[in-house]
Amino acid sequence: MSVISRGFSGRRTAENANLPPGQYLTTDFPVLSAGPTPHIPLDRWEFTIRDENNGLLRRWDWKSFRELPTESPTVDLHCVTRWSKLGTTWEGVSLDTLLAGTQTDASYVMAHSYGDYTTNLPLDDLKNGKAWIVFRFDGKDLEPEHGGPARLLVPHLYLWKSAKWIRGLQLMRQDKPGFWEGLGYHIYGDPWREQRYSSDK
Amino acid sequence: MWRAGTVVALRDETPTARTITLEVPDWPGHLAGQHVDVRLTAPDGYSAVRSYSIASAPNSERHVQITVERMPEGEVSPYLTQEVVAGDRLELRGPIGGWFVWRSEQTEPIQLIAGGSGIVPLMAMVRSRVVAGSTALFRLLYSVREPGGVFYRDELRALAERDRSVMVTYAYTRSIPKGWPRPPGRIDAELIAHTAWPSNVEATCYICGPTPFVESVADLLIALGRDRDKIKTERFGPTGGPK
Repeated sequence: MSVISRGFSGRRTAENANLPPGQYLTTDFPVLSAGPTPHIPLDRWEFTIRDENNGLLRRWDWKSFRELPTESPTVDLHCVTRWSKLGTTWEGVSLDTLLAGTQTDASYVMAHSYGDYTTNLPLDDLKNGKAWIVFRFDGKDLEPEHGGPARLLVPHLYLWKSAKWIRGLQLMRQDKPGFWEGLGYHIYGDPWREQRYSSDK
Repeated sequence: MWRAGTVVALRDETPTARTITLEVPDWPGHLAGQHVDVRLTAPDGYSAVRSYSIASAPNSERHVQITVERMPEGEVSPYLTQEVVAGDRLELRGPIGGWFVWRSEQTEPIQLIAGGSGIVPLMAMVRSRVVAGSTALFRLLYSVREPGGVFYRDELRALAERDRSVMVTYAYTRSIPKGWPRPPGRIDAELIAHTAWPSNVEATCYICGPTPFVESVADLLIALGRDRDKIKTERFGPTGGPK
């Protein structure tokens, strides 16, 4: 039962079927991060995939990563702080390409970033054209404050799952909370089910 | 879970910012630095939610204070800063966030750096220090456009006069009070060197403000040798280009 706010009518925008519940549209690109922005030189950058025991399965340096085939997805972004930005254009490598040939029984991954950020995801959410490691936004190299040189992009989940400054994925048999998930945010984070906080269903 | 709070006091901090004190009977308590979601609902059921940092220290009266800066194109902030009157009820969810917080068990020196309305969660930390009787040494570096834009001015002055263990420094970016020794300008390496805790103190730093402010201050601190693991940030607003 909501409390009616006397005299409030809101600034409504036209109904938009692409806007999840509780979100509003922005044309800005706000930033949410917990610490200083890491600046990673490309000659020291790497992206790895590790198994449950931290064993190295795959490794790319910047040069070998950039030799992989790329895709240019246009996707909507939904931040848990309630802004959404529709129709953003990116360039990156599909996780299908990066995970190809990786045999595993694991069902979850922990994404690890430079600067020690982590976030957990079900492995299936990274497959079948749903996730990329992106390095270009809106036709330009990705700025450090937005996660450059490369970030994870998983647009069907709240944006904190799209780890900035990505440096690797670790496979996990069981789900385990990452950084924000351990600080009161939802373990999965589906914007269409409004899974913002850990107390949301 | 949404809780209803009753507005018990309003105070204008500046011409565009207002502090709202809410009495929330079933408030579970909070930590300094946490925020709340505030929900407004129109008679036809349309609702809008925004997050605001809590300005108050945890207290036994179940009072929760937020300070809201009016955004000209905003949907919720104009209502909160212009329409709300004492006795109105507002819905809250929270407290939220467990990272950008100061806990009274922390005994190490603390460096707070605020840009504009980024002072709000840092003020909750300053107030919590007082309420908890903490002896942790605090320094606050507060960047604000002009003297009239300072939030909590009298309280900060009284606190710094009463308690030597809280040092407050202002950086005015556009205009300065009469006789102010530093010309208008942003926080720079020299100001940090003269007023912030030196690196060897290993203070925990909390930086809050608009994104370009936080980016610039965090980069400065690291260039000056601060440990990045001791820097916590909270950013708001777009990443603008040069302004």
